[in-house]
Amino acid sequence: MKPAPFAYAKAKSLDHAIALLAHPDGEARLLAGGQSLMATLNMRLSAPKLLIDLNGIAGLAGIAVKNGAVEIGAMTRHAEAERSPDIARHAPLIALAMPHIGHSAIRNRGTLGGSIAFADPAAELPACLLALGGEVDIAGPNGTRTVKADDFFKGLFETALGAADVLTTIRLPAATNDTRVGFAEYARRHGDYAMVGLAASARAAGQRLAGVRLAYFGVGNVPVRAKAAEAALADGSIDDAVMALATDLAPSGDVQATGATKVHLAGVLLRRAAKQLTETRP
Amino acid sequence: MKIVEDSPPILTALDRPNSYIGRSVPRPNLARLMQGRAQYVSDVVLPRMAHVAFVRSPHAHAAIDSIDVSAAKQAPGVIAVVTGAELAKVITPWVGVLTHLKGLKSAPQNALAIDRACWAGEAVCAVVARSRAEAEDACERVLVDYRELPAVTDPETALDPGTPVIHPSIGDNLCFERVHSAGDPDKGFAEADAVVETTFLFGRHTGVTNEPRAIVADWNPGDARLTVYQGTQAPHMMQNLFAKHLGLEEQQIRVVTKDVGGSFGIKVHTYADEMATVALAKLLKRPVKFVADRIESFVTDIHARDHRVTAKIGVKNDGTITAWEIDDLTGIGPYSVYPRTSGIEANQVVNLTGGPYTCGNYRARARVVFQNKNVMCQYRAVGHPIATAVTEGLIELAAAKIGMDPLAIRRRNLIADDAHPSQGPSGIKFEALSNHAALAHLDSMMNYAGLRAEQAQLRKQGIYRGIGFASFVEVTNPSAAFYGVGGARISAQDGATVRLDSTGAIYCHTGVSEQGQGAEAVIAQCVATSFGVSMDRVRIVMGDTDNTPYGGGTWASRAAGIGGEAAWQAGKALRQNVLAVAGSILQAKPETMDIRNGVVVDHDSGKERIGLDEVARICYFRPDTLPAGVQAELIATRHYVPRAWAFAFTNGIQASYLEVNTDSGFVKLLKHWCVEDCGTVINPQLVDEQVRGGVVQGIGAALFEQCLYDERGQMLNGNMADYLVPMAVEMPDIEVGHVVTPTADSELGAKGAGEAGTAGAPGCVMNAINDALRPMGAAPLTDMPFTPDKILRALGKV
Repeated sequence: MKPAPFAYAKAKSLDHAIALLAHPDGEARLLAGGQSLMATLNMRLSAPKLLIDLNGIAGLAGIAVKNGAVEIGAMTRHAEAERSPDIARHAPLIALAMPHIGHSAIRNRGTLGGSIAFADPAAELPACLLALGGEVDIAGPNGTRTVKADDFFKGLFETALGAADVLTTIRLPAATNDTRVGFAEYARRHGDYAMVGLAASARAAGQRLAGVRLAYFGVGNVPVRAKAAEAALADGSIDDAVMALATDLAPSGDVQATGATKVHLAGVLLRRAAKQLTETRP
Repeated sequence: MKIVEDSPPILTALDRPNSYIGRSVPRPNLARLMQGRAQYVSDVVLPRMAHVAFVRSPHAHAAIDSIDVSAAKQAPGVIAVVTGAELAKVITPWVGVLTHLKGLKSAPQNALAIDRACWAGEAVCAVVARSRAEAEDACERVLVDYRELPAVTDPETALDPGTPVIHPSIGDNLCFERVHSAGDPDKGFAEADAVVETTFLFGRHTGVTNEPRAIVADWNPGDARLTVYQGTQAPHMMQNLFAKHLGLEEQQIRVVTKDVGGSFGIKVHTYADEMATVALAKLLKRPVKFVADRIESFVTDIHARDHRVTAKIGVKNDGTITAWEIDDLTGIGPYSVYPRTSGIEANQVVNLTGGPYTCGNYRARARVVFQNKNVMCQYRAVGHPIATAVTEGLIELAAAKIGMDPLAIRRRNLIADDAHPSQGPSGIKFEALSNHAALAHLDSMMNYAGLRAEQAQLRKQGIYRGIGFASFVEVTNPSAAFYGVGGARISAQDGATVRLDSTGAIYCHTGVSEQGQGAEAVIAQCVATSFGVSMDRVRIVMGDTDNTPYGGGTWASRAAGIGGEAAWQAGKALRQNVLAVAGSILQAKPETMDIRNGVVVDHDSGKERIGLDEVARICYFRPDTLPAGVQAELIATRHYVPRAWAFAFTNGIQASYLEVNTDSGFVKLLKHWCVEDCGTVINPQLVDEQVRGGVVQGIGAALFEQCLYDERGQMLNGNMADYLVPMAVEMPDIEVGHVVTPTADSELGAKGAGEAGTAGAPGCVMNAINDALRPMGAAPLTDMPFTPDKILRALGKV
């Protein structure tokens, strides 16, 4: 379990990182927190020629609330988000998800941007981004652009990020008094990748819910919106919403659960999350 | 017999002044371990040391048509690339058989596969380089031309005529079969009012050690000696095997075992890659290091369990058990593991089923078959979790069928505590057990009646909690009956040498070994007490075949009961020697004196006569002042092996209280209890933690751990993310209680405690899950591990 040989470069700036990525000398990978990357390197599942370390770049980390949005620098560590009063207040879904991400040692080092850019389909944060209808800023050789969560996740470990792109910022709509969120997952052991999980958000509209977004993880190649269930839930029927999951989700089985079990658990999670969504915000 | 907490202590030979027996003394190696100053084999660095990595077969079964090593030899840092055929000139193959397991057969296994790889993970080529990373780089350049052969993976069809035979030279895929019948099972079943028959499945799993297997082998041509630093449980056994297969004399081999990061039975076997490492050191005439990485560990560390047991019990309406029957099938990989064989676990299942119960009508068959998966062998509590889960599972299913309380049915059938010596259904001999006392203690400890009331109350609210039990017996303190009689050079006896140093402190050299379980502390407690010094005046030397008495090491819960007794006796012997010379110095009769807290005292009055430091000074530096003809012998060696009984069986009972979420199929463990009887408790804290650790590994089997294979023999979850070891968050509080029935075979009276937790926990958790789900009408779950998938299926939810 030693990685194949690779070159290492500590990027001095964002432009430097992009320039290094654009270098034609074979595959390069960005090193953020390294919590997934180092394991794949050590298991030789991935053998990049160059590792570009983002940890020395100033200004890539930090949490700010501005213009009705929460902006999270890509290099912000999970542990910082977990302890942030701004996250707790303005992005409560992220606060709910945090304790489920790995273990403390992983959260100390792992970054929010790294998790979203890596796009593990069983990871919590990509689903949270999707559930909140957030967006990400991407810097590349041709400047910067913003991509909405719905357009970001393309396939298994595949995103809108190009080979020479760097994800720089995660932007989430700041919660208002009407914002309702829910989060639940089933993992065989605490801290494991979820067998199935659900990140949910909605707007309270009187006694009903509007703008329901249900993003499941661990059920496909990407985080999956359960759109039929969203509509049913907005119509006020939790039973119909659970029924609708059979059409929304078609998970394959894996070593921890069969596809049928995942769909069943998705329904159990939906009932738990729906309860959270309908509870009045304290 | 006594319950530790309740009864006044009975004064025995163990109750010496300043006795450490029965005290939770901190282990002497604690500071070293906690400060990161331990020396594991992984830490060993020697001059000119090279590292080996292995090219491993990606196929479960494949012919090796050719190996092209030319590119690998050119890779940076490479010292040698060695194939199986080349290494076979240095080291001979081995066959894992024992003569007392009649009919057991296996095929020769080589350090590196030669013409054929028989499981995915078997080493086929060794690359030695300056660093492990360079060796791994070069491994990628070794081109092996594999021709895939049909893989035998399912034990159920391994013996079918249409299934390929893995080793044509031995005729078929049957490694071992044992058939046993006692009493009159047919009559027993005919007399039963109810018969329960079911099939129990036990997932293949492994003992994930914190420190992986590690070895550094150093051949010194000048001395013509091989020094092997190895994380092993049995240094002398390995010394013998290295000598035998390298064509050397035993005294040419020194095995050094310093700190070991956990073993659990994993590190008591011969591993092909470790044998290859010692052979490479001899071949290359320089030190070679091998440390298994996690991926290698999962596909090469022995696996265990993986049994399918079809089982039947007959009971009368009053709960009396009338007969037992089991049919066990297990697949053990392509080779019986050397030298302990892979037939022992199935043999133990036959021996231990029916455990401590009176019903002697028992029929059993066990078959052990070859397959193209990683090898299986003895892991903590060999066979016990299977036999116990089968026995205890049958009992609770039968109790449910006749409407009897699960503790009541056990009370009716457990051998009476005053009926020993006795024997179990299979004929295993019990010196003295305390199953009824243990059950009574558990009953009150857990407040059984109160829990039943709580369970009934919560069921009305749709909360499904279950209570499950497992009585058990545990094989400890093995005599030569375990391996020696079968021809294996595995020592059942163990020795201790105690020496007075020149300042009055003592050294104790022991043949047992420390794996992290606390053997060092236990040996120190025994020798400090029997000789008469404080523990800080004791230095323990272990894990070195050049410097310790010949012994078996650590396995089958023998270190405290056997190694402890040898140390106890050696300490006593040295005390006599010291008192003899002190008598000469003081002109006093030795029998009127004693050694207490490092001072020779008058036995009756306790009056101090002479310090040990002064005795040592006189004997070592001024022997001229001793009376003529007096020669001090300030060293003594004693050995011990159990003789009266083949094994010192311990016993106990466990209980699990848990909640099953009937929507999600998740199990929440609420509480676990274990009352056990390991005889004299030398160090209560170490015993309790042994039990707790064992329970956790048993819970792993019940709920989490399984080596998943596909039908082509590929392991699907060989990493720490997908193979689920039990972790702290999911574990319940584990309360431990004791009943004390010392073995009369030794003065110390200590039996082992290492297997108890693992033996009982899986069956006990299984019973609790079924107890929880019984009102839901779910079919009993008998297929471990009990995953949410399986529980939801039993509930008809998926």
